[in-house]
Amino acid sequence: MRLEIKDLHVHYGKIEAIKGISIVVNEGEIVTLIGANGAGKTTMLKTISGLRPATSGQIIFNGEDITGVPAHKRVDLGLSQAPEGRGIFPGMTVLENLEMGKFHRHDRKKEMAEDLDKVYTLFPRLKERISQAGGTLSGGEQQMLAIGRALMARPKVLLLDEPSMGLAPQMIANIFRIITEINKTGVTILLVEQNAQQALQRAHRAYILETGNVVKEAKASDLLNDPAVREAYLGTGAH
Amino acid sequence: MKNFNLRDFGAGIWERSNRYQRVAIVLVTITLAALLPFAGASFLATPVAAYDAVLVYPVAIFVLMSLGLNIVVGKSGMLDLGYVAFFAIGAYTNGLLSMHTGLNTWEIMPIGIGAAMFAGVLLGIPTLRLRGDYLAIVTLGFGEIIRIVALNVSWTNGPNGISGIQMPPPILGKEFALDDQKLFFWVVLVMILLTIWMIRRLTVRRPGRAWEAIRQDEDAAELMGVPTLKYKIWSFTLGAAIGGAAGVLYAAKNLFISPEMFTLNVSILILACVVFGGIGNIWGVILGGAILGYLPDRIRFISDARLLVFGLVLVVVMNFRPDGLLPRKKREKALVKKGASA
Repeated sequence: MRLEIKDLHVHYGKIEAIKGISIVVNEGEIVTLIGANGAGKTTMLKTISGLRPATSGQIIFNGEDITGVPAHKRVDLGLSQAPEGRGIFPGMTVLENLEMGKFHRHDRKKEMAEDLDKVYTLFPRLKERISQAGGTLSGGEQQMLAIGRALMARPKVLLLDEPSMGLAPQMIANIFRIITEINKTGVTILLVEQNAQQALQRAHRAYILETGNVVKEAKASDLLNDPAVREAYLGTGAH
Repeated sequence: MKNFNLRDFGAGIWERSNRYQRVAIVLVTITLAALLPFAGASFLATPVAAYDAVLVYPVAIFVLMSLGLNIVVGKSGMLDLGYVAFFAIGAYTNGLLSMHTGLNTWEIMPIGIGAAMFAGVLLGIPTLRLRGDYLAIVTLGFGEIIRIVALNVSWTNGPNGISGIQMPPPILGKEFALDDQKLFFWVVLVMILLTIWMIRRLTVRRPGRAWEAIRQDEDAAELMGVPTLKYKIWSFTLGAAIGGAAGVLYAAKNLFISPEMFTLNVSILILACVVFGGIGNIWGVILGGAILGYLPDRIRFISDARLLVFGLVLVVVMNFRPDGLLPRKKREKALVKKGASA
C-alpha cells in the first residue's frame, strides 16, 4: 500500500503552489511534511485527497494512478483525510460525525459498531461526548473527532493536516501519542505539521518543504540532529 | 413568555405522542387545512380579492414553492436566486401544450415537472461546482434568461403571453369553476402533502444526511465519500420539479400567463418566505409561505400603504426573529438528546 507522488505541480490561478514535488510513503510508515506557512504543505494534502486538482504530475496509490479520481472515490480506495482546521460538522453530534465517516460503507452495519468501539477506545473522551454537537467541543476534542471520523472509513493511508494546530502542549503530546498508536495498528500515515519537533520525533521519514519545493528528505531522527534543520525549524537553543 | 419556543413546544407534543395520537394529529391538521376555504366569512376574509382564490394563489402555491426552494437553500445550503425559472417553465409547458395539443392539466403535469427537472440538471451540471455568491449570481441570471426568452421569441407569443389555457378536467365528477376555487385549493393541498411526505422521507435517509453534510462543510463531506456534486444536482433538480409543478398549477388556475408574471421579484419573494418562516425547517417554511402569501391580500383595504406595511412586517419580524418564525434546531449551540441520530 504505497503512496507515490511524482513530479506534482499545483496552481491556484496563475500562482504555482507546488512546483514539481515527488514523495514516497511506504506501507506502515509515518512520513511527515514539515515547513513554514505557505510552503505548500496543505496544498499537497488537498491534492492527494482530491480536493484540489493537480496541474500535472501523478499520484500513484497501490500501483494505481489516481490523479484523476474524484475525492469521494479516493475514500473507497483507502485514502482518508482529517482536514485542516479540524473540518468537522459543527451541527452534527459526535456520533453523527463519526457515522458520516462511514457514509460510503453505509451498508455494513456490523462494521459500524466495531469501528465506533475502536474509535472510542482510542479516544475515550469522544464516548463521553457522544451526543454533544461537534461545534461545542474543545479544540482538542474536535481534532480527536476529525481523526476518529477519518478512521471510521478504515483507511489504509491516513492524511493528517496540522493536527497540533491551536492546541495546548499537553493535548499536542496526547494527539501525537495516539497517532503513533494508530500507526501501530497498520495504518500508514502522511502527516503535515508546523510543529516540527513533535512530528520528527514520531515520524520515520520526513520531507522539508519550502515554497513549493522539497529541499530535504531524510530519516526523521537524522533531521532532529541536523544543525541546519534545528536552526530553521526547531529553534536553535531549544531541546 | 421569554422561554417559550413554538418549535420545541410543537416537537415536544409530537415526541410525547404514541403512534395513534400521531396519526390523529396528522389527520386533524390535514382536515383543518382542507376546511380553510370554508373560513371565508371569518376574520380570515380578504377584502377585494375572492378569499378562496387567494387561498389557491398566492397562499397554497407560495407554500408549495417555498417547500421546493427550501430543499435547495435550506437543506443543502445553495443560494438559488432564480427559482422563478422553474415556475415559469412549468407554467409555459402548460400554456404551450394546452394551446397546441389536446392534453389536459393532469396529463401536462408530469411533462411540466420533467421539463423543469431537465432544466435543473442542465443548469446544475456546469454551475453547481460554484459556491455561495457565485452560484447566486448564475441562478439569478438563469431566472432572467428564461423570462427574457419568453418575452422575445414568437412561439410563446412574446409579451402578449398565452391565453385560453384549459381548465383542468373534473375530478370525481366535480367541475373546476372560476367562481368557486375550493376544488383547486384541495388539489394544491394534495401536492403540498405529497411534497412534505417526500421531503421527510428523504431527509432521514442518505440524501438528507448528504445534504446536511454538504451544507455544513462541503469539503469535509467530499472527504467522507459523499459525491457532493451528485447530491447537489439532486437537490437542485428536486427543487426544480416542485417549482415546475407549481407553475403548471398556476397556469391552470390563472388561465393566462405572460412573461411579466415571472420576474426576479417572484424568486426573491419565495426566498423571503423561506427565510421569514425559518430556513431549513419545513413547518417554518410552510408558515412563511402562507403568511407572506396571505398578508398582502388581507391588508388590501389600505391599498396604497399595503406594500409599505408588508415590508415593515418583514423588517420587524426579521429583527426580532433573525432565524425566522420557526427556526431549525441550532445544535451548534445546544446539547441534544443522548443517542439522537440523523
